[in-house]
Amino acid sequence: MCLAVPGKVLEITEENGLAMGLIDFAGTRNKACLTYTPEAGVGDFVIVHAGFALQVLNEEEAAASLKELGRLAEFMEKDKT
Amino acid sequence: MTERPDFANMSCPLPLMDHDSIQLAHGAGGLLSADLIDKLILPRFASPELDKLEDQAVLDLPPGRVAFSTDTFVVSPIFFPGGDIGDLAVNGTVNDVAMSGATVHALSVGFVLEEGLPLADFHRILCSMEAAAKKAGVRIVTGDTKVVGRGSCDGIFINTSGVGVIPDGLNLSAASLVPGDRVILSGTLADHGMAVMTVREGLSFQSSVQSDTAPLNDLIRMILAAGPGTRTLRDPTRGGAATTLNEFAKASGVGIKLDESAFKVRPDVAGACEILGIDPLYVANEGKLIAVVPADQAEAVLAAMRAHEHGREATIIGTVVADHPGLVAMKTGFGAERIVDMPVGEQLPRIC
Amino acid sequence: MKYLDEFRDPELAKGLLEEIRRTVTQPWTIMEICGGQTHAIMRFGIDQLLPPEITLVHGPGCPVCVTPLETIDRALAVAARENVIFTSFGDMLRVPGSRDDLFRVKSRGGDVRMVYSPLEAVKLARENPGKEVVFLAVGFETTAPGNAMAVKQAAAEGLTNFSEIVSHVLVPPAMEAILSSPDNLVQGFLAAGHVCTIMGWDEYEPIAARYKVPIVPTGFEPVDILEGILKTVRLLEKGTPGVENQYLRLVREEGNPVARAVVNEIYEVCDRKWRGIGMIPRSGLRIRDELAAFDAEKKFRVEGIVTEEPEVCIAGEILQGLKKPHECPAFGKECTPRTPLGATMVSSEGACAAYHKYSRKGLS
Repeated sequence: MCLAVPGKVLEITEENGLAMGLIDFAGTRNKACLTYTPEAGVGDFVIVHAGFALQVLNEEEAAASLKELGRLAEFMEKDKT
Repeated sequence: MTERPDFANMSCPLPLMDHDSIQLAHGAGGLLSADLIDKLILPRFASPELDKLEDQAVLDLPPGRVAFSTDTFVVSPIFFPGGDIGDLAVNGTVNDVAMSGATVHALSVGFVLEEGLPLADFHRILCSMEAAAKKAGVRIVTGDTKVVGRGSCDGIFINTSGVGVIPDGLNLSAASLVPGDRVILSGTLADHGMAVMTVREGLSFQSSVQSDTAPLNDLIRMILAAGPGTRTLRDPTRGGAATTLNEFAKASGVGIKLDESAFKVRPDVAGACEILGIDPLYVANEGKLIAVVPADQAEAVLAAMRAHEHGREATIIGTVVADHPGLVAMKTGFGAERIVDMPVGEQLPRIC
Repeated sequence: MKYLDEFRDPELAKGLLEEIRRTVTQPWTIMEICGGQTHAIMRFGIDQLLPPEITLVHGPGCPVCVTPLETIDRALAVAARENVIFTSFGDMLRVPGSRDDLFRVKSRGGDVRMVYSPLEAVKLARENPGKEVVFLAVGFETTAPGNAMAVKQAAAEGLTNFSEIVSHVLVPPAMEAILSSPDNLVQGFLAAGHVCTIMGWDEYEPIAARYKVPIVPTGFEPVDILEGILKTVRLLEKGTPGVENQYLRLVREEGNPVARAVVNEIYEVCDRKWRGIGMIPRSGLRIRDELAAFDAEKKFRVEGIVTEEPEVCIAGEILQGLKKPHECPAFGKECTPRTPLGATMVSSEGACAAYHKYSRKGLS
């Protein structure tokens, strides 16, 4: 369940009283409701599910995870040889 | 959205100008019908056969086997990024005929127009067909127009049929694949299907995704020149590349092994696919083809394709094998192998 | 795509697989709850790459699959009514009821429309004051906030022609139902990462403690899933069950309190029947009584619906991880994606559909 995709907030507007963001997904853009991510600003990444942003993506955590996984991969590679 | 054509500058002012949209009388065969044909249709298709306005077109085809194909286009919406139903109607049939290796000579066109279709929209579609036919180097030589009541069709339906002549000695067939053959895809996947999906009702995307509709008869000429041993050609339209590859495997009783990392998808198309949960392998393409060629001709064919406007991103996506006959398997980027099955019906956006 | 492609990097996956191989010393059975994770596992072939000691079983993480037959039949009855615009996510359109599905209702003249977001259904209600717009609100905790906002928005705009058929389900009760079953084989869980973006992970700690199983909120890309499996295996090997978050970039311990507040405003917890499994107490959400005007089942009073499940369908056992799809006598024969007998074959997230699409016995 829960197909949700990360995208970048390009613009924030209001429609019918709801905060809406124009979100960029590698060049395809779609609107998502930002009511549940009031802290999201232009330039932030959010995860979008069925037209709603559910959470702001923590870019530092993402970078840290990738770095650690990269180190693991390198270590495994070296260990093999 | 659409510009009203300048009827005043067409040969003679007639009742046509007084209507902004298609009326039932435009299909009734009388003055209004003649008007529609004379003022709107004939000038766009300008072919000697069509201008005669006989009940049939008489063609002087060179000797050889005739390839004959028909297709009906009902796409909605009729205008989408990168093209419209008119482009599809011309390119689609040109491609179907050309996939046999035939030189495409002529097309027929049948219109079913919905009462109320804006004339400006019809004119725009005709202009698209004119440009597409010119680009493909084919003539529209005969046609028909009917009008149905409001609600009986979605704006406009177009049927096109095409004829071409196949050179002697050329026998392309999906049943002729042999283990060892290479499978080549002419470019990026899923452009057309996603272009249409992003403007569908209920989905309001701002997308840069454009349909890839294009005539491939010239590309095919280059392919066959570089690879005379080519087994078969097909354009992966409805059902996507997965469907075409499965059809090949079943027709020849062979297996096909694909390499997932060889497939190319434009980033914006990939983005649209991710949002909707759609697999690009199952999405329609309208300006791409899959060629199966003997291993020793693969590099030459690939080079010929990449030198052509419609084959710049061509890649070898897989190999024909004797294993798992009738099935298509794919090696994922992770080294695992999984089956690429036939789709069941249209892929729908999902939340799950 | 940023923050997606990096988590599909085969090099990172290789490193994780190697580390999993080195860590595991005995067989373990791990369940992934979410259909999206099942899909990713099958699509990237992760189950083929894991060491043989690890068995992955697929849980009831497909809200489409577990929507009770009665709900689908009631939805079909409402959709067939004149003057109703029936809206639904794409996933639900092909799910079979006792005798019908939404596509067939549409072909007989029902106004059935697919929407990507529940706010589009509200828009239809706003723009069609003379019609009744009904939205089929299904999903787990991830989808509930959006579906709740649709009701909240309709109420705020004073719309009287918008209502929902609600069949929301909650993950923790399903986990407990599986763990407390005498046949249970599951020793660790990959929890659904996107559910956890809303709920956090507090509600898993008592479950982990009571049943002594590790529960790891996990993302959906192959690297996420492998890392989730690695964390689960480490906890199992150490004998220290508990909750550990893999999906660090999107899951916080407190989840999303703003979203939960709106869900609680519109919906309340209720008993819910899960198709194929049966009644699980306090495992669903329904519209609060004071908002009955937005509850389509009350508004349309669909009565006299008789439900019949095909006997041969073992979707229930599959949803609980007790059987695999290819162990069903009907799999690939009477039951295929084209002719589905149960919801796990219809939904693209269903275990049976995923199995049929991505693997076939006798491939190797």
